[in-house]
Amino acid sequence: MLAVSSVSETRPTTCRYRLLGHPTDLAGHVETLGPVPLPGARDRDWREAFVSGLEASGLSGRGGAGFPAAIKLAVTHAGGRGGTVVVNAMEGEPASDKDKLLLIRSPHLVLDGAQLLAAAGEARRIVVCVPEESEHAAAAVSAAIAERAGTSHSPISEVLVRPPDRYVAGEESALAEWLASGRSLPTFRPDKGTPLRIGRRPALVHNAETLAHVAMLARTGPAAFRAHGVVEDPGTCLVTISGSVEHPGVVEIDRGTPLLDVASRATPLGRPQALLVGGYGGAWVGPAHFTTPYASLSLRAVGATAGVGIVVVLGPETCGLTETARVVHYLAGQSAGQCGPCVYGLPAIADDLARLARGQVDPSLQARLDRRVRQVDGRGACRHPDGAASLVRSALAVFADDLRDHLRGTPCAHWDRTTVLRFPAPRPLARA
Amino acid sequence: MNSTALWYATRASGLMALVLLTITMVLGLTTTTRARARNWPGFAQQEIHRRISMLAVVFLGLHVLTSVLDTYVNIGWVSVVVPFTSHYSSFWVGIGAVALDLMLAVFVTSLLRSRMRPSTWRAVHWLAYLSWPVALAHSYGMGTDSSESWVIALGVACTLAVVAALVWRVGAAGRQWEARRAHASVNEAPPKHLALTPMRDRSGARRV
Amino acid sequence: MIRIVIDPVACDAYGYCAELLPEAITLDEWGYPIVDGAPLPADLVEVARRAARDCPRRAIALRERKGGSS
Repeated sequence: MLAVSSVSETRPTTCRYRLLGHPTDLAGHVETLGPVPLPGARDRDWREAFVSGLEASGLSGRGGAGFPAAIKLAVTHAGGRGGTVVVNAMEGEPASDKDKLLLIRSPHLVLDGAQLLAAAGEARRIVVCVPEESEHAAAAVSAAIAERAGTSHSPISEVLVRPPDRYVAGEESALAEWLASGRSLPTFRPDKGTPLRIGRRPALVHNAETLAHVAMLARTGPAAFRAHGVVEDPGTCLVTISGSVEHPGVVEIDRGTPLLDVASRATPLGRPQALLVGGYGGAWVGPAHFTTPYASLSLRAVGATAGVGIVVVLGPETCGLTETARVVHYLAGQSAGQCGPCVYGLPAIADDLARLARGQVDPSLQARLDRRVRQVDGRGACRHPDGAASLVRSALAVFADDLRDHLRGTPCAHWDRTTVLRFPAPRPLARA
Repeated sequence: MNSTALWYATRASGLMALVLLTITMVLGLTTTTRARARNWPGFAQQEIHRRISMLAVVFLGLHVLTSVLDTYVNIGWVSVVVPFTSHYSSFWVGIGAVALDLMLAVFVTSLLRSRMRPSTWRAVHWLAYLSWPVALAHSYGMGTDSSESWVIALGVACTLAVVAALVWRVGAAGRQWEARRAHASVNEAPPKHLALTPMRDRSGARRV
Repeated sequence: MIRIVIDPVACDAYGYCAELLPEAITLDEWGYPIVDGAPLPADLVEVARRAARDCPRRAIALRERKGGSS
């Protein structure tokens, strides 16, 4: 059974701000949390009040990019009316389960959040994207949409769609592109000041968890959200903990909780060797930094990113460099195939890492690896190669001792034994 | 103007246009991405390709002008662009008109390249592949100098050049495709030594 | 401040830009251009415009950007 903890432990609060642990059905949801605070027919001040509440909360996206929600709304709304609110539950990170769980346990919270943003941004439809592979989540969303259809809870139409399940399919421009043309291809967007579009209308794409936060803080007020977390990264978030632990699962934490405390919620088996934070496109954190708060700036200071709420615990019996080689091989295969540095660079790096894992090294390997990692970083249309680069850089730093052994041709004793990582089965790629 | 002089001018400018078109084709065919040597001046090659194509159009213009002005044969302005409407040797002049139309399409779209979608420009540019053999057919079909050995030799040389460039181009494209496929192999399962046993696989519980 | 921005999706590694502007653009080992995002010196702007105009995939743009990180 999935271990779910819905009580945040860091700070006692009088306002109960949480995403999980509410009734799943519509009636129970409304009874416990109250109806979604959508604008009334003649409510002129509603939008202004809503937007300033969103700004005051400091909510940033929980899908990996961490972009401020209030700014995204403003940019998209400036792009015109009649657009789409896209609920992004694609959850491309294999180590993440939070969005699927949220849709199963609190679908109405997610849909409420979508309704609120649709009202604020004058959108005319809501599209919920659940990947092809996720049957339980899709069923839960379908049921929830059916419960709400035609009621005052969903004035704007909600529809469920099932894009194919690939790592980059959840990247927001790839998702918008899939909705527009059927191909999951990220677009090059040097200027984040212009909104995404589906056809000519703007699209507001948000991670499912972010929308759940919007729905919660619209009811409790921004102060209740800010009562959790830290100043630069307020609120709570869902984290999927996996790896060398007794109770893998999803927990709800305050942002700013120290990494090891987060990992402890799943009862690690022995002292962790390292923690993979933020996802396969995130970074490794070593024991020296286990007390780092799970917050954007703090993690950036140690070469990691908050990314998607993910912590994978690496126990002493696995080799971090081999695990990294496996991840980069996976990431290379998940490229959308549009940008040269990603298409050619990631497989080249994967190849070098595979050799490093085995201890089958040539003298130029380290320099070559460093150069290639530097060269792929930031040179794709999306941040896919950036994630791989950050992962590899952190691996070379955190596993420096192992690196020395592997470079000498004597890989660590357990390099080829077990893995704590899982990947979806390889599948043919829809080429650009 | 003296009809004979015009007649010579028509044939000379026509052959010149054919030669220039051939060079244009060869330079165009040997333009590829990534498949060429690192120090090859690709941009310069593209510039020369463009300028020679413009020169070809100039000679084509001369060829058309002199043939229409020549009163000895009846070729009107209309039949220059509308194929198979000439009174004189309607079929081969018509073929020439087809070649001219194709070249004109390529030329005009290239002048207006920055104003259209790259895919549109590229699609029209492929018509160039058609215009060259049609132009060649027109040159020999018209018959005037086709029995001269130097003219035949010219035709053979042009053909060999284009065929060689085409063969090279196909080879380069194949090499590029191979390189891409090599990288696509990461789509398959990881190398054996990375296919490890998952630890305490609780995947059953985790599938949501 | 004018900076060179390369659209990585459109780019097909023709390499003409690096040929015209070796001071500002270098090619990686796979033939794709690397730009450092720094503002272009005034004497290179004209050549950069040429490179942008003549890129077969129209992958180069010159953007007006205020100083600081992009």
